[in-house]
Amino acid sequence: MTSLAASDVGSTNVTKRGEAGRAGGDVRSDLHVSFEGRASGGIEIELRSRVELYYGEVIRQQARDVLRALGIEHGFLELVDEGALPFVIAARIEAGVRRAGLGESKSALPEMSALPALSARDRLRRSRLYLPGNEPKYFINAGLHAPDAIILDLEDSVHHAEKDVARLLVRNALRAVDFGAAERMVRINQLPLGLADLEEVVPQAPDLILIPKVETAEQVSDVVGAIESIAKRAGITRPIWLMPILESALGIENAFAIATASERIAGITVGLEDYTADLGVVKTAGGIESLYARQRVVNSAHAAHVQAIDSVYSDVADADGLLCWGEASRAMGFEGMGCLHPIQIKIIHRAFSPTASELEKELAIVSAYEDAQARGLGVVSLGSKMIDAPVVQRALKLVARAKQMGIAADRAATGEQP
Amino acid sequence: MTTVATSGLVTNAIGRRVPTLVNGREQLPYKGVDAHRPAGRKAAPPIRSNSNYPTNGDKRVPDLETALRLCGLHDGLTISSHHHLRNGDRVALTALKTAARMGAKDLVWFPSASFPCHELVIDLMKSGAVHHIEGSMNGPLGDYCSHGHMRGLGVLRSHGGRWQAVQDGEVHIDIAVIAAPTADFFGNADGSHGKSACGSLGFALADSVYADRVIVVTDNLVPFPCVPWQIQGNNVDYVVEVDSIGDPALIVSGTTQITRSPDRLRISELVARFLRDSGIMRNGFSFQAGAGGIALAFVDYLARMMKAASVKASFVRGGSTKYLVELLNEGLIGYILDGQTFDLDAVRSIASDPRHVATSPFTSYNFHSKGNFASMVDAAVLGATEVDINFNANVVTHSDGRLLHGIGGWQNCLFAGCTILAVPSFRDRIPVIVDEVTTATGPGELIDVIATERGIAINPRRQDLLDAVKGKGLPIRPIEEIKAEVEKICGGKPAKPRLLDRPVAVVKWVDGTVLDTVWQVVDDNPYAPLVSGGE
Repeated sequence: MTSLAASDVGSTNVTKRGEAGRAGGDVRSDLHVSFEGRASGGIEIELRSRVELYYGEVIRQQARDVLRALGIEHGFLELVDEGALPFVIAARIEAGVRRAGLGESKSALPEMSALPALSARDRLRRSRLYLPGNEPKYFINAGLHAPDAIILDLEDSVHHAEKDVARLLVRNALRAVDFGAAERMVRINQLPLGLADLEEVVPQAPDLILIPKVETAEQVSDVVGAIESIAKRAGITRPIWLMPILESALGIENAFAIATASERIAGITVGLEDYTADLGVVKTAGGIESLYARQRVVNSAHAAHVQAIDSVYSDVADADGLLCWGEASRAMGFEGMGCLHPIQIKIIHRAFSPTASELEKELAIVSAYEDAQARGLGVVSLGSKMIDAPVVQRALKLVARAKQMGIAADRAATGEQP
Repeated sequence: MTTVATSGLVTNAIGRRVPTLVNGREQLPYKGVDAHRPAGRKAAPPIRSNSNYPTNGDKRVPDLETALRLCGLHDGLTISSHHHLRNGDRVALTALKTAARMGAKDLVWFPSASFPCHELVIDLMKSGAVHHIEGSMNGPLGDYCSHGHMRGLGVLRSHGGRWQAVQDGEVHIDIAVIAAPTADFFGNADGSHGKSACGSLGFALADSVYADRVIVVTDNLVPFPCVPWQIQGNNVDYVVEVDSIGDPALIVSGTTQITRSPDRLRISELVARFLRDSGIMRNGFSFQAGAGGIALAFVDYLARMMKAASVKASFVRGGSTKYLVELLNEGLIGYILDGQTFDLDAVRSIASDPRHVATSPFTSYNFHSKGNFASMVDAAVLGATEVDINFNANVVTHSDGRLLHGIGGWQNCLFAGCTILAVPSFRDRIPVIVDEVTTATGPGELIDVIATERGIAINPRRQDLLDAVKGKGLPIRPIEEIKAEVEKICGGKPAKPRLLDRPVAVVKWVDGTVLDTVWQVVDDNPYAPLVSGGE
């Protein structure tokens, strides 16, 4: 197969260079790629690597394989490597080639590792760890910190000029990185830019897509339409859930319509930085200015039978403040929040877990209920008190959640004390 | 015992090829843990009589040059120094430069450790004033040695091994130059006071006792008596007063920082949980931890678990920091047995709190003594550059074979009740768990636990530990499994570095036998990370 790329080179882009990735300074686990298409002369690779002694030959071979997959037969590839892992090297080379105007409609996909268990619509989502989409060094160990979910972020944490590059990195990470039991979420950009994100991301079967700055139900429908057509084309049958982020006064006003816009919606969440900016008010630690917005999200979510998920707590060093915020958030009706640093995960899990005494009380109610069921009694009573049906319902819900958290069955056996 | 007069190579008890002759001295290859028990009498300093010293006790001389001349400086002598001033030290280099200016050649420098501030010793080796270094070499000195530029072989010893080498006569110190943050004219000296205070002066004790001649250099001369004194003036020949012995900012850090790396925090927490869940953390237990980021975070996690369980430790041995001082002040630990004092809070504490005690390699680490503290510690948490599937570990070279760190007290601490190496499973794509370590610094039979962010591997020899943590929810995994996972992430096994078949240094075991050889490096990768090291 004579490659299209080669003829492109011959006609137009002989000297166009494409660069991607970062090296130098304190950069780790990334690399800088510079690629220049040529009309002839085969592939020339120049590599400088921190790990040259150990993986120099492996990297050169991988570079040749990636170029071949992209249909490149001639060109000069310069790599400055700071110990990047193979999935990063592949993404950066592909980005460099594409920026050189070559490799169109081809890709060099890393091997797909085993996918985690299917994600349920109402699974635990206490903690969602944000991973900046163009910072590969944070990816590989993210799952070890056992968040309920990781979010590969293509939106606010990625510079405008790097969206194309980050997209490929996130795509490769979804294929190659083992995030453990964490749900694999991706925050795409707003449409239309987000469409290009979906093209790369949906075929990798992510578990959930976060849609930023949603203000209307139509915006959700647009994303749903795109996901469904891409998933169909790619043969993806695993569920892909949605979580719209409401980040403006209008979004908050339309919360219920948004929460009910699609069967795929698993939860709605709120972005307080943008929301407070929209209101033109200062974001405070106490959060009084966003109280209404958060309550509105909670109420709309519950009305729509989806999860209400809180924003993030941005002072990473303040563990006590985070715990306070999280406990208050749970008391309001939220089921989880975002994390900016892995050290927040355990604190958030603690905040969103029922306390021991709470759990004890609810367990007693559940056992009284089960006892009444077994004895065919219509009325549930605990001691001398009669228990109302909604109280039983709440207890059943809380105990079921606690079991998902692994704390109801046998608190002592988990060993995961803070 | 066979006598080998040539510099041939033999294979020792852990399968490493080691030279039998080092710097003209015959060597014994490593025979195994506790297998070498030499007999005979210890080395001793020459007999001196107080009639040869001023009756008024005033041993001051105007400058270092005078002191060196009076000490009989000549070619080929061994000059020693200590590293309590760390990267702020100005005395060791000044002493060697002064000796060079006075025309001395072929000196052997015998520091308890060297630091980047000693880089200019390279010039003295090039000019011929210094023949070679016997002590840890890092950074530029490490590279100089690794590339085979040093005339003699480097000899790397643990802190305890340095004392052993002096005591059994393997190293004879001709002149000890002891930088002292406080001293009196008689030579009594201490490290816990003065503008250049560094805490303990324990590393200089052997030098003060065994050297032919001892010079104390101070920038804080106090009226007799200097109390407390850790160096006894009765061992000192001359006292030199100077403006400054070092840069206080580099002697102690203002604050030592706990790591914020989530992966390192995870390792630290796993180690603390291991101590708790294995039952090692119990009332009256003891532990050792260094001042590295992982070790500090480990202490922080452990302290919280101790509080939650109302457990107190009897003592902590090792380098001290403000974190240990806080535990001492909170009553969570009974004593700090201090080997090195790393930050300002720790220096203040050792100067004022009788429960914060200056120790030395003699009390803590020495092989030729009647027991030592390190083996009495219940758990030691240490680092490593590489670990292999037989639990052998490397702390002295980078995976590419270049000298990176000194041994410090690492080998000596392996004798603790439970030795835990807390290491990331890979660094910048370079696996830390390998088939065979580049340089064996510690034998696997003394290394009980490898704690990484991907799980904890327990040495199969320690069935008791395996049983103790069973069902406790810790991620206990076979070391081979963690290694395989890391190789999958990194894209296969790393290639072995090419090394020349020419020794540049040897690694001594705590008993003075030769554990391994450091070979000359060939690949000079200009893009390799800069190495910088502590002791």
